[in-house]
Amino acid sequence: MSSANRKLQYSLAINEAFHQMMESDESVFLIGQGVKSPWYVGKTADGLIKRFGAERVIDTPVSENGVTGAAVGAAIAGMRPVVMHPRMDFMLYAFDPIINQAANWHYMSGGTSSVPVVIWGVVNRGGEQAAQHSQAFHALFSHIPGLKVVMPATPYDAKGLMVAAIQDNNPVVFIDDRWLYGVEDEVPEELYSVPIGEGIIRKPGNDVTLVAVSYMAHIAHKAANSLEKEGIDVEMIDLRTVKPLDTEIIFNSVKKTGRLVIADGSWKTGGFAAEIIALVNENIFDHLKQPAVRVTLPDIPAPASADLEKSYYPDEGSIISAVKSLIKN
Amino acid sequence: MYSEEVLKKLYADMILVRLSEESLVEPILSGDVKCPVHLYSGQEAVAAGIGAVLNEKDSAFGTHRSHGHYLVKGGSVKEMIAEIHGKSTGCSKGRGGSMHLYAPDKGFLGAAPIVAGTISLAVGAGMASSIRKDGTVAVSFFGDGAVGEGVLYESLNLAALRKLPVIFVCENNLYSTHLHISEIRPNDEIYKIAEPFGITSFRVDGNDVLEVYEAAEKAVEQCRNNNGPVFIETLTYRMRGHVGPDDNIQGTHTDIRPAAEVEDWRQKDPIERLKKYLLENGVADVEELDLIEREIQQEINEAYVFTNDSQLPPKSELEKYVFSK
Ligand SMILES: Cc1ncc(C[n+]2csc(CCOP(=O)(O)OP(=O)(O)O)c2C)c(N)n1
Ligand SMILES: [Mg+2]
Repeated sequence: MSSANRKLQYSLAINEAFHQMMESDESVFLIGQGVKSPWYVGKTADGLIKRFGAERVIDTPVSENGVTGAAVGAAIAGMRPVVMHPRMDFMLYAFDPIINQAANWHYMSGGTSSVPVVIWGVVNRGGEQAAQHSQAFHALFSHIPGLKVVMPATPYDAKGLMVAAIQDNNPVVFIDDRWLYGVEDEVPEELYSVPIGEGIIRKPGNDVTLVAVSYMAHIAHKAANSLEKEGIDVEMIDLRTVKPLDTEIIFNSVKKTGRLVIADGSWKTGGFAAEIIALVNENIFDHLKQPAVRVTLPDIPAPASADLEKSYYPDEGSIISAVKSLIKN
Repeated sequence: MYSEEVLKKLYADMILVRLSEESLVEPILSGDVKCPVHLYSGQEAVAAGIGAVLNEKDSAFGTHRSHGHYLVKGGSVKEMIAEIHGKSTGCSKGRGGSMHLYAPDKGFLGAAPIVAGTISLAVGAGMASSIRKDGTVAVSFFGDGAVGEGVLYESLNLAALRKLPVIFVCENNLYSTHLHISEIRPNDEIYKIAEPFGITSFRVDGNDVLEVYEAAEKAVEQCRNNNGPVFIETLTYRMRGHVGPDDNIQGTHTDIRPAAEVEDWRQKDPIERLKKYLLENGVADVEELDLIEREIQQEINEAYVFTNDSQLPPKSELEKYVFSK
């Protein structure tokens, strides 16, 4: 089997990034609650403790604020830590080290000090887990100057963006989604990185531009393929990075199609989709044939109960209807 | 000596919690219950012992593992079982599931699964009590895992500084998910963390309901006399998985506890211990205890009938409860 078409699950692609980065750079270490336990991290930490030892693969007390602060401090002191939060919801305890400290540090020091830390948060939702075990906070982090935010949708990007995040000299919030952990696709065996801030066209098309990241990009890609069969030619863009946004790829596409749908797995108000629409309106408003459409979560906390939960999360069908609503008009 | 009334209440409360918990095993395994459920079996003496000294005006906050706390505080069994099944008749109207139980009319102000997230809220309830001078006490239930969170220490300091009527109840069951206490703390004497704040602290056998009850009595008296907060560490053990009946058969493999250790603790079952005490001291006979058990089982069976007769909240009500009217 050639290296180019070897297949790997999303979770194992992240795992491979750690193996290769920890092997090639002794300043890289992994810390977070549950790195010892597949229940928390799936297969993403497989074999790491055995290979690199408990000094560099650190399972922690339930202390998100202290642990994240320690990772940020270690980065300031010259290491390249990855601090893992098995659910983004738990990361809220760590807002101070992430936002006040890490994000501002380089600027506050006039560029004399930098914080090469990866803050890795997992979106882990569904299963009637309710409001405190379901949240996706990428829009919140993308609001903060000094933070980069990446959200890979494929195994290839999961590995490449984790590598890029570790190599970056700035704090990078790496967000993945448990719903993607079983997705399998081609992942090169060698060490490579995916540039932060570059989107990718998953499916070229001329009728409608469809933009998404992470799990929603996975779903949106499917929706675009389904629509193809109905003769609707969607250009599907996986942005891969939420901040900095690849505006060029969005603008070029919208200039061609004149129609824009954004699918996002978090809330509507003040969200990722809103930001993209604002940028399009500011820069290429005249190219829009119709107002852009957002497919997002409603502005409601995640419910527990089965039927509520089912209607809460947008799916392929929601994206298809959104695209069709633009085509009909 | 303990009054017969108290002893029987402690027994009945523990039975109520145990039978409720065990009634959930089948529905979880069959998939009728889908939300994550953290069973409290084995730890009943803590909830019952603390609950017995509180009245409806006193408040309590809980965690992800709070069925017991909710029930001893007077929360309805029916509404709890319905909630766990996601029904609109549940105590949280199907919005929360097992990890979000509320019975504010009984003083159970809420349970939520962010570890240590409700500790400071209990301090707030204590603060409300001290401002209103209403003589009520606030209880914060949390686990050994929560002792890792900084907010606990901030809360202890604030409560001590303001002499707030708060009882901090740490249920040390030796594990937080997949980690033994020795992996998350340099020592296992949790009760000592309260000492630097000048907070009265006890460490009790959390599987001995009478010992818990006595500590709770002292704590509540100190709080009601405005002599400041109390910290109680209860040594106990959960007899089920971290989440669900058995982590290992359910494939999450969070339960790394040695079988011999589990067996050892099974011998210290809090209900069996109180039962023995009641029989040996002639407080009740076997028939009477059986009757208590049968009546409670009946109540739980009715809760399932109620749950089956209840509906899931409809999609049209997704937006309900985002804001208070
Ligand atoms: C802030 C936060 N971090 C992590 C978790 C994941 N988590 C759920 S339960 C748990 C362990 C809690 O252990 P403990 O407090 O001892 O309670 P027990 O489960 O033993 O009752 C953890 C870490 C969480 N719910 N909240
Ligand atoms: Mg515990």
